[in-house]
Amino acid sequence: MVKYLSKRLLMMIPLLLGITLISFIVIHLAPGEPTDIQTELNPEASTELKERLRAQYNLDKPLMVQYGIWLGRIARLDFGNSFSQDRRPVAAKIAERLPITILINILSIVLILLVAVPIGILSAIRRNSLFDRSTTIFVFLGFATPSFWLALLLMDFLGVRLGIFPVAGLKSLGYDYLGWGGKFLDIAHHLVLPVFVSAFGGLAGFSRYMRSNMLEVIRQDYVLTARAKGLPERLVIYKHALRNALLPVITILGLSVPGLIGGSVIFETIFAIPGMGKLFYDGVMMRDYPLIMGVLVIGAILTLVGNLIADLSYALTDPRIRKA
Amino acid sequence: MHKFHISAMLILLLGLIGCDRREPVIPAEGAEAAPAYGDTIIMGSIGDASNLLPVLASDSASSDIAGMVYNGLVRYDKNLQIEGDLAESWEISEDNLTITFHLRDGVTWHDGAPFTSEDVLFTYRLYIDPKTPTAYAERYRQVESAEAPDPHTFRVTYRKPLATALISWGMPVLPKHLLEGQEITESPLSRAPIGTGPYRFVEWKPGEKIVLEANSDYYEGKPYIKRMVYRIIPDLSTMFLELQSGGLDYMGLTPLQYDKQTDTPAFKRRYNKFRYAASSYTYMGYNLKRPMFQDKRIRQALAYALNKEEIIEGVLLGLGQVATGPYKPETWVYNPDVRRYPYSPEKAKALLSEAGWIDSDGNGFLDKDGEPLSFTIITNQGNDQRIKTAEIIQRRLREIGVDVNLRVVEWASFLKEFVNPGNFDAIILGWTIPPDPDAYNVWHSSKTGPQELNFINFKNEEVDELLEKGRRTLDQSERQKIYYRFQEILAEEQPYTFLYVPDALPVVAARFRGIDPAPNGIMYNFIKWYVPEKEQRFKR
Repeated sequence: MVKYLSKRLLMMIPLLLGITLISFIVIHLAPGEPTDIQTELNPEASTELKERLRAQYNLDKPLMVQYGIWLGRIARLDFGNSFSQDRRPVAAKIAERLPITILINILSIVLILLVAVPIGILSAIRRNSLFDRSTTIFVFLGFATPSFWLALLLMDFLGVRLGIFPVAGLKSLGYDYLGWGGKFLDIAHHLVLPVFVSAFGGLAGFSRYMRSNMLEVIRQDYVLTARAKGLPERLVIYKHALRNALLPVITILGLSVPGLIGGSVIFETIFAIPGMGKLFYDGVMMRDYPLIMGVLVIGAILTLVGNLIADLSYALTDPRIRKA
Repeated sequence: MHKFHISAMLILLLGLIGCDRREPVIPAEGAEAAPAYGDTIIMGSIGDASNLLPVLASDSASSDIAGMVYNGLVRYDKNLQIEGDLAESWEISEDNLTITFHLRDGVTWHDGAPFTSEDVLFTYRLYIDPKTPTAYAERYRQVESAEAPDPHTFRVTYRKPLATALISWGMPVLPKHLLEGQEITESPLSRAPIGTGPYRFVEWKPGEKIVLEANSDYYEGKPYIKRMVYRIIPDLSTMFLELQSGGLDYMGLTPLQYDKQTDTPAFKRRYNKFRYAASSYTYMGYNLKRPMFQDKRIRQALAYALNKEEIIEGVLLGLGQVATGPYKPETWVYNPDVRRYPYSPEKAKALLSEAGWIDSDGNGFLDKDGEPLSFTIITNQGNDQRIKTAEIIQRRLREIGVDVNLRVVEWASFLKEFVNPGNFDAIILGWTIPPDPDAYNVWHSSKTGPQELNFINFKNEEVDELLEKGRRTLDQSERQKIYYRFQEILAEEQPYTFLYVPDALPVVAARFRGIDPAPNGIMYNFIKWYVPEKEQRFKR
């Protein structure tokens, strides 16, 4: 096990190098540079200024040299300073946006699991029933509804007309004057709509996945055996079938680890939530190379680690794999 | 067990529903209540600020906030005339080369330190320092020498007279005692500025909000409104919903919102809408290196073929006006009597056939020497108004037999692949209209190089002369003559077809009083805005 683990971890190093190199080249292929925002179509910017700004960012050096400089810094765990006009450390910019993004993503995954797993199980057991069909329509409706449209409708109806929920943002204006409990409630109040909207679209995938797993397991011989020996249906389903049907869900959860830090631009823009999606999108638009690379590196590491965790937990939960 | 969970959830949900129901504020009927101190204004901003040291930032959110925190030596008054700010008065020497500013006495920085001419000198040196990554150094290149002979006098001498010299000292003055001897890009002041202005900085939650508080020691007197909150809401639809729910007091409306979605008695009771010409214009420019556009008659024909009123109606819902040149209507420099091109497909066709473009093969498109009259209009992605404008133009030109293709390109590629290398036929774009009419960088023939702004390659000797003279002349009536003539030439030559000047459409919650729309917009007298005591919404 230790040998397997260290081998997997060592393998990650060349993989990461390859990922960063390709990302670095690709983002520099896109036309435009970080200095453009200050100088392009600006009547006051002279050609000399443009060159001077480029030199300050090392943009006048060959691409591989720039990559070397970047790699040298990242090896010391320094993500460098943003090329945008605030010139703040990339690590600080990411750190201030991560908590809210992770919070919303975890809440919405939990919500998805809470709703989608029961729906999947029930619609597998009562296959082709009214419940199965209506939930199928419901979850696909969620899948097909554009999130920005749903968000705006909910904001208009619940936020403006009924005034039940705040329209956008994360905190009320008086947040700083609230007590501990008040702060918690205030944020929870603001999160209801965003979490609902982001979970709604994800229901379809999980519930359909759960349903098909369940259907497959129910057809297995050991379920037949369990029924044959006279076990009550409850026990057959929840003890023998469900446990096995849940196994693949672990893989999916592992694969969704990198998704935890990724936000959606549209969603964050609509709800005015300062999350990772908007940060990354703005970074790309401004050609803020250190920031883009920083987010990509973290995403790459999480993807690799997520895969590893999925494989490991699979081995832990499934004796067949552990022995193999 | 299950029941317990459900009831606990219900309680939580009800609790969430219960709190923070915002009540709309309805102003007292007709009562012009007395000015009072207090209350908070919440302003919507599409983007977050980038850097609150104005020398390093070039985005509008940063400059909006810097405008509240800092002062310059001079500024534009309500009628866009230059008035003193930190400078009480100034003298310009006989030869127009030296400006002597007399600074106000008793002005202090937000940290209590006195403001002196040393700060101005320091700020000037910071701008021209090659190590400072600023886009504004060019303004001060013509300065020969700057000195601070005593704490309340600042003198600057130019090599040649420069019309924009005086207003260039409207740049925000930065505190020497906090910035001297430091790396400017690493100064904490870029996240927490200290200025001399009417509002002092309180906090900045990135991507969320920026809070400012009234400066009780402000030299013009303490502003009435106690606190300003800039809320960052990147989406205009969300911003509009926030406004309706009471989460915002100020935003700029889109034409659709202004015209169709706010025309209810309920909205008018709670908000005041304003409308005035914005400081920008949209145009279609022709690449004058392309043979087909070298003939002036073609450009004039295209101008006749477009219905500008129709474009304004379709794109701006009528909330804008026809542009006839690069200046804003009803300003001192705007020449109302230039040649106009009212919609006339007949005149357009006549001019085109005079230039040799006729439909010889009867396919509906004009041609000359076997070549059809066909070109591509490019514009940038993300600006719906420009794309719609292009579509309307395409249709109108098709009617007179001109084949027009559209191409919409992402901004960075748009600049790098098309605009800078001059790789386009016609372009739809906009320029801001600065209060000073100097347009040298956009129209002078020396500015046609790569990455320069005369990318349509317009070359006209008389225009060159006028522009050179215009930026060296300080007398406003002299300059008016120069730029009147400049507009006449542009109208005749039609290197651009000037399309429209859109309207700015701000909306402010009705409890704010003292707003006085003027050529300079509404924000110029913000420190005089107030909320009558009874209507104040935020008590602390």
